[in-house]
Amino acid sequence: MIITSKIVKYIIHFILILIGFIWIFPFIWMVLGSFKSNTDFIVSGNPIPEEFNWDNYTRAWVDANFSGYFVNTVIMTVATVAIVVLLCALTGYALGRVDFPGKKVILGIVVGIMFIPKGYTIIPLYELVDQLGLTNSLFGIILAESSGAHTLFVLLFTSYFATLPKEMEEAAIMDGCGFVRTFFSVMLPLAKPIIATTVIMQFIWTWSSFLVPTVLTISKPELRTLAVGMQNFVGQHSTDWAGMAAGATISLLPVLIVFILMQRYFIEGVAGAVKQ
Amino acid sequence: MADKTGNLSKTKRNRQIWAYIFILPQAIVFLVLSLYPIIMSYVYSFYSWDGASPLTNFIGFENYVELFQTTRFWGALVTTIIYMVGTTALGVGASLILAIILNANNMKGKAFYRTIYFIPVVATTAIIGVIMKNIFGIDGSVNQFLQTIGIADKPVSWLNSSTLAMLMLILVGTWKNLGINMIYWLSGLQSVPTDLYESAQLDGAGFWQTLFHITLPLLKPILVVILLLSVVSGMNAFDLVKTFTNGNPYHTTETLDLYVFNYAFGGGLTGSTTRMGYASAAGVMLGMFTLLISGIFGLISMYTQRKLKKEAN
Repeated sequence: MIITSKIVKYIIHFILILIGFIWIFPFIWMVLGSFKSNTDFIVSGNPIPEEFNWDNYTRAWVDANFSGYFVNTVIMTVATVAIVVLLCALTGYALGRVDFPGKKVILGIVVGIMFIPKGYTIIPLYELVDQLGLTNSLFGIILAESSGAHTLFVLLFTSYFATLPKEMEEAAIMDGCGFVRTFFSVMLPLAKPIIATTVIMQFIWTWSSFLVPTVLTISKPELRTLAVGMQNFVGQHSTDWAGMAAGATISLLPVLIVFILMQRYFIEGVAGAVKQ
Repeated sequence: MADKTGNLSKTKRNRQIWAYIFILPQAIVFLVLSLYPIIMSYVYSFYSWDGASPLTNFIGFENYVELFQTTRFWGALVTTIIYMVGTTALGVGASLILAIILNANNMKGKAFYRTIYFIPVVATTAIIGVIMKNIFGIDGSVNQFLQTIGIADKPVSWLNSSTLAMLMLILVGTWKNLGINMIYWLSGLQSVPTDLYESAQLDGAGFWQTLFHITLPLLKPILVVILLLSVVSGMNAFDLVKTFTNGNPYHTTETLDLYVFNYAFGGGLTGSTTRMGYASAAGVMLGMFTLLISGIFGLISMYTQRKLKKEAN
């Protein structure tokens, strides 16, 4: 569709920019706030700090242990992303390229998992991880994080592998590749766009994950992730708002950078998944 | 000949076996980390259990009976529904308008706007909750701004009145997810064939006519998908609710999953002991409720799709 009137276009741009500013104001507010002193933060309504100082960042990084949380979050995110990509690629390949009895049932289960709320399973999941003796390690969180609904990714891999021409596979078999080698050395490398989409989306979800890390680190605060660690700034009587703003900036920056660098893949991936 | 077909079916069987092996890891993860916990949450819900002592005190349906007699539980259910309906109604409608504007051929800066509106989607919800809590606090930026420009003469207590707090929750939830709905709509809009628009233009159809007679009818199938995704995400509002209002004031913004969390893990909020069995019963109700809602949606979507097919024939 085409918007023809010039005036209408200017009005639309004006409104879009105004709303756009409101849209990202909380993030601007957060970054600016992270340079304020605590008194300036609470008293002044002016979002721009009186003077820029980095104290809040040192406090968040050192005193509130965000350095440790950062490492935890990176380990958890990287491991979960790797597990999820592998699991989904394998499942997607089997579903997309092989006809086998029970395929429809498995597809049905894959779609059904999407509707399981986390609140439903969090208590037994906590107990399970506890019984396995994993509440004292990041491994428990990684396991629990990898269990979520991967409907989107499995379906993306399935439909992508299904569209690859049969000849590619046949050529690989002629060259003496078995099923597994055909997958790893020929087919999987072709699925780079889907792998990229899965990596970016799962990265953002896991990095931002809150419920599972909150519950699984109840008795082990040093295993907390960045999203959970925000609680450290809430004291018994007062809250260190400026420190919290610095912590929030540290936590959000990696996700925002990943998103802005990869936004084309990310948005296309989401859109592609809906079209299926 | 017989030998050849024998070989073929052998390779076919071989492939099938490999397919099962490929699915196995995902299946194990599903069975152990999704199915087993679901079954266990039913089991736990029949026990009076604090989570630490052995699981011995079987009490049948008592947890459920208590749950159904508790106003706070029904309040949480109603809050969940209000939040879900509110964010869906606001978010799905507003994102459609935005998507239509950002899909117009001759709009400049589309990529820029899409990125801006998408940023809240990728930002960590728990952190957004904390930020919003401060921005809308009594001494927060919004109140200071309103007072400076003279709209309000005293600070508005955004989060201390139940109606306002609920409204804020819905607004922030909508703000957070508008970008993703916008992308869903855009993917639907982009699949509308351009020659339809061209012939409409030749016929002299204006913007509104094109919108109501071509664009919107073709978006029906995607509407069902968007509604469903929005409803499911509205049912799972834990991160935002916990960090933004934490159920306050007086549990009036407490959603079902926060209710489950508070009874299972938030001992300090509900008394000195955790009540895993009782919380499990609430969790089961949350699961059943989600299932019910998505079931209704599944039926509606099947019905519309059948009707669309009939119309096409």
